[in-house]
Amino acid sequence: MAEHDICVEIGGLPILLKNADARFQRKMRERYSGFVSERPADCCLEVILCSKDRSGTSDADIRVERSAQLWRITRGDFEAEWDPHTRRGWVRQTANPYSIDTALRIIHSLELAAQGGFLLHSSSVIRNGRAFLFSGVSGAGKTTISRLAPGDATLLTDEISYVRPDGSAFRAFGTPFAGELAKPGENVSAPIAELFLLAKGPDNHVEDVHPANAARALLRNVLFFADDSRLTTALLNTACDFVSRVPVRRLTFYPDHRVWDLIQ
Amino acid sequence: MTDCYIARSSAAARALGGSAVIMSADSSLITLNEVATAIWNAADGVTLLSEIVERAVCGQFEIDPSTARADAEDFINRLAQHGVLIVSNQPIHSAESSARS
Repeated sequence: MAEHDICVEIGGLPILLKNADARFQRKMRERYSGFVSERPADCCLEVILCSKDRSGTSDADIRVERSAQLWRITRGDFEAEWDPHTRRGWVRQTANPYSIDTALRIIHSLELAAQGGFLLHSSSVIRNGRAFLFSGVSGAGKTTISRLAPGDATLLTDEISYVRPDGSAFRAFGTPFAGELAKPGENVSAPIAELFLLAKGPDNHVEDVHPANAARALLRNVLFFADDSRLTTALLNTACDFVSRVPVRRLTFYPDHRVWDLIQ
Repeated sequence: MTDCYIARSSAAARALGGSAVIMSADSSLITLNEVATAIWNAADGVTLLSEIVERAVCGQFEIDPSTARADAEDFINRLAQHGVLIVSNQPIHSAESSARS
């Protein structure tokens, strides 16, 4: 590892970020502070800084295409390549934290899809050693419910949950990918007890969801950009395995702390 | 519609809680109800649609034959448009090779 390189480990996957710019790497070290690891990294991403800044920074602008052995990832503000076999790649971007954040999310989503896991648009917290996930469209209350969590709860993320199989169950990991709370999650993990599909309403109640509808809702909120039939099939199997093993219920809630009485 | 043979394509599909869940090539997720799932499971490429409707639908659910047949035709047309079901007037012995031809 060179002097300024840092290893960022999320979800048990350490990725070495190689870059010679001390100021940029210092920013990275601050941004991913709870996730900097001393473990040897199997994965390596070279960050090539450039001055060219282009437009288009929303997820809708992302393109993830497979070309021979390589994934090619482009958005207005960066371009990247990732080789899933050597687990090495590069990203070319300006010295901003948002591009590397998105590149890392996509690389993790590709690595996870091949391993039976996924990144999910959801908040997640640990309570009493079990992880609870709260998924929904923008405005459904992902951040609100994590903000209302009791003091004994540990925030894993208010934005992107990291899920991977763990024996016959699934485990959620903390991520530094923050949403409205602008607060990274804790770098811990726990077996997933339940996934709630969120909706705001006049009172608090939970309803069972048919497994097929649960799979549909889950897939709608999975972060996955690649146009690849093999990974898409793997993702369907993963979603079906997940809803077969983890209870999925619809949680309608009025935004105050009493909703947490239903989450045990 | 004249009688026909139907076969599942190579689209990814799973059974969940008694329903078939199918991912089409354009990544649309299709969830089938109980009756549609019975037809999907019976779509082996060598059984005529009329026999499938009689055995798997009329024999299992309380649906009159003409309604069952009309619903089945509508359903297979929609699945064929998504590329997840192959429809032919000849028996289909290899769904994947037929899908490619």
